[in-house]
Amino acid sequence: MENKKDCVTLDHGSGGLAARELVQEVFLSRLNNSRLAPLEDSAVLPVANGRLAFTTDSYVVDPLFFPGGDIGALAVNGTVNDLAMRGAVPLALSLGLIIEEGLPLEVLERVVDSIAAAAETAGVDVVTGDTKVVHRGAADKLFINTSGIGSIVEGVEISPGQVRPGDGIILSGTMADHGITVLAEREDLGFGGQLRSDTFALNHVVAALVEHFPGGIHALRDPTRGGVATTLCEIAVVSGSSMEIWEERVPLNRPVAVACEILGIDPFFLANEGKCLLFVDPAVEGEILKALHRHPGGKQASLIGRVTDGEAGRVVLHTAVAGQRLMTPLTGDPLPRIC
Amino acid sequence: MKHVDEYRDRELVKSLAFRLADQVKRPLRFMEVCGTHTMNIFRFGLRSLFPADLEVVSGPGCPVCVTDSADIDVCIAAAENENVVIATFGDLVRVPGSRGSLAESRARGARVEIVYSPIDALELARAHEDKLVVFVGIGFETTVPTVAAAVAQAARLRMDNFCVLSLHKVMPPVFARLLAGNHQLDGLLCPGHVATIVGRRAFEPLALDYGLPCVIGGFEPVDIMQALVQLAELAARREAKVVNAYPRAVAEDGNSSAWRLVTDIFQPVDAQWRGLGTIKSSGLAIRDVYAAFDARRRLDFETETPAPPSTGCRCGDVICGRCRPVDCGHFGGSCTPGHPLGPCMVSSEGSCAAFYRYGEH
Repeated sequence: MENKKDCVTLDHGSGGLAARELVQEVFLSRLNNSRLAPLEDSAVLPVANGRLAFTTDSYVVDPLFFPGGDIGALAVNGTVNDLAMRGAVPLALSLGLIIEEGLPLEVLERVVDSIAAAAETAGVDVVTGDTKVVHRGAADKLFINTSGIGSIVEGVEISPGQVRPGDGIILSGTMADHGITVLAEREDLGFGGQLRSDTFALNHVVAALVEHFPGGIHALRDPTRGGVATTLCEIAVVSGSSMEIWEERVPLNRPVAVACEILGIDPFFLANEGKCLLFVDPAVEGEILKALHRHPGGKQASLIGRVTDGEAGRVVLHTAVAGQRLMTPLTGDPLPRIC
Repeated sequence: MKHVDEYRDRELVKSLAFRLADQVKRPLRFMEVCGTHTMNIFRFGLRSLFPADLEVVSGPGCPVCVTDSADIDVCIAAAENENVVIATFGDLVRVPGSRGSLAESRARGARVEIVYSPIDALELARAHEDKLVVFVGIGFETTVPTVAAAVAQAARLRMDNFCVLSLHKVMPPVFARLLAGNHQLDGLLCPGHVATIVGRRAFEPLALDYGLPCVIGGFEPVDIMQALVQLAELAARREAKVVNAYPRAVAEDGNSSAWRLVTDIFQPVDAQWRGLGTIKSSGLAIRDVYAAFDARRRLDFETETPAPPSTGCRCGDVICGRCRPVDCGHFGGSCTPGHPLGPCMVSSEGSCAAFYRYGEH
């Protein structure tokens, strides 16, 4: 132990002994499973019948740690959620890290601990991985890429193309928690520790809904960057439909509302990392809501609006003070590097 | 939220909308002159509650929007000095001058830091003793007192690496300029924030000299609707006076101690306004006694500024209420918040950004 370096060096990315030690001590000890352990060039998975979903995402959030989560949890939950949004059950994840030399090993270990915990909660294994170390300044501390493979049960067809006029629009919980938390943390705005990221794996709640309401869920989308407003507008365009949203039904934590008010930020544009928008058959929307309320991933779910057959892409917000206006997608990026 | 929720009462807003419709018996054209009014009218969907005969246009109330491109060039010249760290509010970094924006300077290696208050800029100066921190002072009467306080504090602490590039402006001269022309306005929704500092009485010359009904309004939906109802009542009677509809914040003579601090540190100076040209005594410059904190005296700027390339951007007309954002040929096509041609599309308080963001196109 006395020889162990306390930070990541270029040696760790060299493919030599130090690299092997890093893989053994930091990664395998935490993420061990039968498919990762052999450390072969690629993991081998059984081929399922039916269809596979395949997705990838990179994570560059700054800071690495924030109330409610960190880059590791985000990297697992974000990719798991992207699979879940097509109704897929996650089968395996890949994990690629780009590390700036000098990153304290303790920081890397905390992140990998968090990856392991998030993967366990989501019920999916990291089956293959890669680590690169770059010169100081060539990257900022730590960047992560995860890819995910999932299987889609026969008959499940969840996509914005399935959205129909009359569909209920459900938001699975409060909005804007992640975006405002990262902003407040990064800028040290001191909102007294009342803000928490909502990073959360949605695959279990989605799987339960898909099983109980076959055909009842038309589309799912997690409103990450660009927030609820941008996601609604995108789906309205893709599905060629119009939407009506009622602001007073959109759940918003009070400290988030206060922080947005002080900073002059519209919470409809802020990122979420553990919420989804569900476009559902109106015949079962009440039951879907009840089912969501029973699940930890949907306790504050709310029917926030309805799909209509108006002009394609038009999303009308009925404001809490009885006014109405159009919603538009976020343009420009007021909050870079939030995920 | 305490002191907020009661001013967002749905039923109250609805009843005020009925009263407003009742008062507007002929086509009326009001101007609001504060970026926060612009944004909140859009954000809360209040325009959908206005009667068809009421038009509310935005005046020169967004500090970023009225900043002349020559002033942006001065900021960029300061940023290019390798000993300088620019500290500024976020909106300003994307405003194009004649040779790019501060954001582009930053991409080329200049140090440009976004701060939320001038006090943050003081902290930045403490943390970078080998650099000169230049705070870009932008804003009207509302914002200047905090900048004056920062200068006073820097003087007390004998800091020698903090200074202010003052682009500050005051409102009365620009009102006078607007109203002296053929303004075709039936009333002025006066900015509650500015009035908090300067007081109700400061607006009286506008009502008296130009025969214009004026109402000072707050910023929550109930405040705005109530102020518009009162403005419509005055307009119906063609009564030129200043009503304070925001008494919980605005006093008859304003916040005199804040304004005293401002006049201790700043003095009136002629200033350039985008779309309006030079307006006499409409800007604020740092007094000689505080010259050490004046960026214009600390840094050697090139005074020659080339004319901005003619883009056809109509921000100048928009901020004077001479045209609506949608009347500009660039709006929503070659000019969007992602690729703004002019400051009204950059600033989150600009009327072009508000029209774009809240879908009036």
